[in-house]
Amino acid sequence: MVRPDTYQEVRKRIAGLSDTELEAYFWELGRRCVDPLVELARTHTSPSIERSVLMRMGVDSLACQAVVAGCEKRGLLGHGAGHVVLVLMRAWDCDAPEAARRLAAGEGWEVAEAKWGGVR
Amino acid sequence: MNETPRGPLGSLPPDPPLDPNEKLDIEALLDGLDRYRPRRRGWTWRERVPDQRIGEFVYHETSAPLERGVPLPAAHYFGDIDPQPDCVITTEIASGRPEDDVRRMRMAAWHGADHVMVIRTAGQSHIDGLLEGTPEGVGGIAITRKQLRLTRRALDLIEDEVGRPIDFHSYVSGVAWPEMAVLFAEEGVNGAHQDPQYNVLYRNINMYRSFVDAAVAKHIMAAAGILQIDGAHNANATAVRAWKVMPELLVQHAINCAYSEAVGMPKDRIALSTVPPDAPPAPCMRMDLPYAIALRDLFGEYKMRAQQNTRYMESDAREATVSHVMNLLVSRLTSADIQSTITPDEGRNVPWHYNNVAAVETAKQSLVGMDGLREMVRVDREAPELKARVREIKERAVLFLEGMLADGGYFAGVEDAYFVDSGEYPETHDDGIARQSDGGVASDTIVPRADDYLAPVCHHFGENHLPEGYRGRLHGENAPCELVDGCTICEDAKVPYIDELDPTDNVNERLAATAELRERGLIKPEVEWAGDGVVVVTMFLPAAADVAEAAALELGRAMSLTECEVIHKRVMHPAEGTLCELKGRLDVAIDLATLVIPEPPEVLSDEEIREFVAERELKVVAATVGNDEHSVGMREILDIKHGGLEKWGFSVEYLGTSVPIEKVLDAATEHAASAVLISTIITHGEIHRLMMQKLADLAAEKGVRNRLLLISGGTQVTDELACSWGMDAGFGRKTKGIDVASFIVRTMREREV
Repeated sequence: MVRPDTYQEVRKRIAGLSDTELEAYFWELGRRCVDPLVELARTHTSPSIERSVLMRMGVDSLACQAVVAGCEKRGLLGHGAGHVVLVLMRAWDCDAPEAARRLAAGEGWEVAEAKWGGVR
Repeated sequence: MNETPRGPLGSLPPDPPLDPNEKLDIEALLDGLDRYRPRRRGWTWRERVPDQRIGEFVYHETSAPLERGVPLPAAHYFGDIDPQPDCVITTEIASGRPEDDVRRMRMAAWHGADHVMVIRTAGQSHIDGLLEGTPEGVGGIAITRKQLRLTRRALDLIEDEVGRPIDFHSYVSGVAWPEMAVLFAEEGVNGAHQDPQYNVLYRNINMYRSFVDAAVAKHIMAAAGILQIDGAHNANATAVRAWKVMPELLVQHAINCAYSEAVGMPKDRIALSTVPPDAPPAPCMRMDLPYAIALRDLFGEYKMRAQQNTRYMESDAREATVSHVMNLLVSRLTSADIQSTITPDEGRNVPWHYNNVAAVETAKQSLVGMDGLREMVRVDREAPELKARVREIKERAVLFLEGMLADGGYFAGVEDAYFVDSGEYPETHDDGIARQSDGGVASDTIVPRADDYLAPVCHHFGENHLPEGYRGRLHGENAPCELVDGCTICEDAKVPYIDELDPTDNVNERLAATAELRERGLIKPEVEWAGDGVVVVTMFLPAAADVAEAAALELGRAMSLTECEVIHKRVMHPAEGTLCELKGRLDVAIDLATLVIPEPPEVLSDEEIREFVAERELKVVAATVGNDEHSVGMREILDIKHGGLEKWGFSVEYLGTSVPIEKVLDAATEHAASAVLISTIITHGEIHRLMMQKLADLAAEKGVRNRLLLISGGTQVTDELACSWGMDAGFGRKTKGIDVASFIVRTMREREV
């Protein structure tokens, strides 16, 4: 949309604010803009977020890629890739890098699918 | 420095300190990187020293001095002092090869840079995952664990060499930024760009994905004490008319700041990347200062990273430097916690070694020169134009936010092309950047967290259904990562390492290609990479621009340069001529063993000279010869107040300027002088050569040659040339009285034996 500079007209409703009030209002509006974004982030995850979880569990980048791709393919990402690895760590009684390596090689997915009912 | 003890993996013995006379040993730095661990995490500021006495001066805005460095060129007039400004100074180095980056980082650190930023290779922001190894980058560097370790390990040594901590910095953006954030936290990266708006607007990465990822990335960065810099300055660099985007810049800063805080980042780790938007010929100071003030009014609790303008930079390094000095004046009149620099050649190529140094020196020189200026020259907040404009920019930003909220919020605003419009809001030209919420790279990749979503690690943002008793130590419970026996943020030993994935595109292969240069000590010119052979020839050609460019390329070929390219031209006059800077490749390497390096002359002690002069009551006659009215250089060699010959008791007869040679020799006889000093400038017609030869010939004719030392000096005189024209010695630029006095005494002593 092309719009001429209507500044002088539209400023009238904020012209009466003191500088301090104007600055406080600026921040109130800024926070209102980000509130829904924060809520979206709080309740969602992504392949990169899940890989970052696996990284923190000591898994190398190649295995992170393979395990998260496996979770995406099976619709398991929403439960957490770290969660999937944790389930297999317990099933195999091994550490996280080892469980991720075996998942990356294609093993153990049936255990995850059994737990979450073969989502896809 | 707050040192972190090395983890169990850090069994690497400490590297030996650097020797300032030795080059970095890249092979040694690459050896054992699998065991290298960073010794420090988080951001470090300079140590400010109020009212600091340095040499003869007291500074009001400086920091602790360096132990080693290269002072400004004029420093030798001021006792070689090298005052360091109070703010951190940034340099951006990313040649595409980490092995070359670290050498340039060392040079920049010696000139005053303590914040080293590496830009990513083109395309890395669109790669959904991490890269490994050391593949060569294009226009930046492949950011990988190995590259970070090599660089951080070199920076550990460099910061010890210069005696000041160096912050290492890169970018947490793209589609893999939660992973980048973990990588940076693990590898001790100290600062990072992080702004989801940058992803959305300039990288066309899906907006939902960008914000969801950013929250996790920021939360991890906060845990690692990494300083965040936002990306708002890109609107300056992109908008058609950059001076119209000021209200929007405030909005972009606000969104990233508010978002960062909401996801757990402390205010003192959030820095705004702010650029004075304009450049001459616009009356830029009057336009940019109100903006800088409005920004600091609204964001006073955050850190300011002052960046330099790139929007209007082209190939003219001089023009860029002047604009940058004006940017530095804005920094000094307002505030800057970090002063970023842009290399003056960025408008024409990926920055070269010496242009990083040039940019850092521009910042250091300007900031030190303007030390304490704001105590005397204060911004007049009540000046009508300034006051009105500061208020107007803030109001326009408020109207922007109101409009965007009324239209459905941030995502709807981006879809409606609110951002990077060339109109100053509420004016719009409908030429902003529009992105669709279901479009862009990695669209449709976010997933709702299920009711049993679980991430068994620490510092994870968002819903996380941890079992009872696992909220973390802060809450008096078990850390989440205890579920998996520890995470890499808590236990450094768990960090994995991959060396190389590509057998041909890696640092070892590149080093092998240049091994001969290092092994045989060959010297080849370079601007970016070891052995690249690139040189620049500056030439004035008496021709119109298009003709001059074609002629310059021909001349480059005549000089045996290959891949010639005119990288800058500037019209002096449409018909009279053009300045050209020609880049070319010179495939020649010089063997150090074949070079004859003249030994620097030894200087004698004051006592030795004084004694010798007193015993013999030595006299010298001096003059500026030829039609030359310059006397400053000669005065510095003679006068006691400049540490000249008089200081050691020489009796000095200075005859003045434009003195005929005959008169010089007559005076030498009259005063029974032991030495004659003449000063000449290099002129057309070789007057300097003729003068020297005439002095030698006439002295021989008069039978006084053997009892006189004939000495010639001038800015471009060399000892070799002067001697070949019959002098006993020649002295060039930077000669001091002590050099001449030592020569006279040493030579007379030798002749007496």
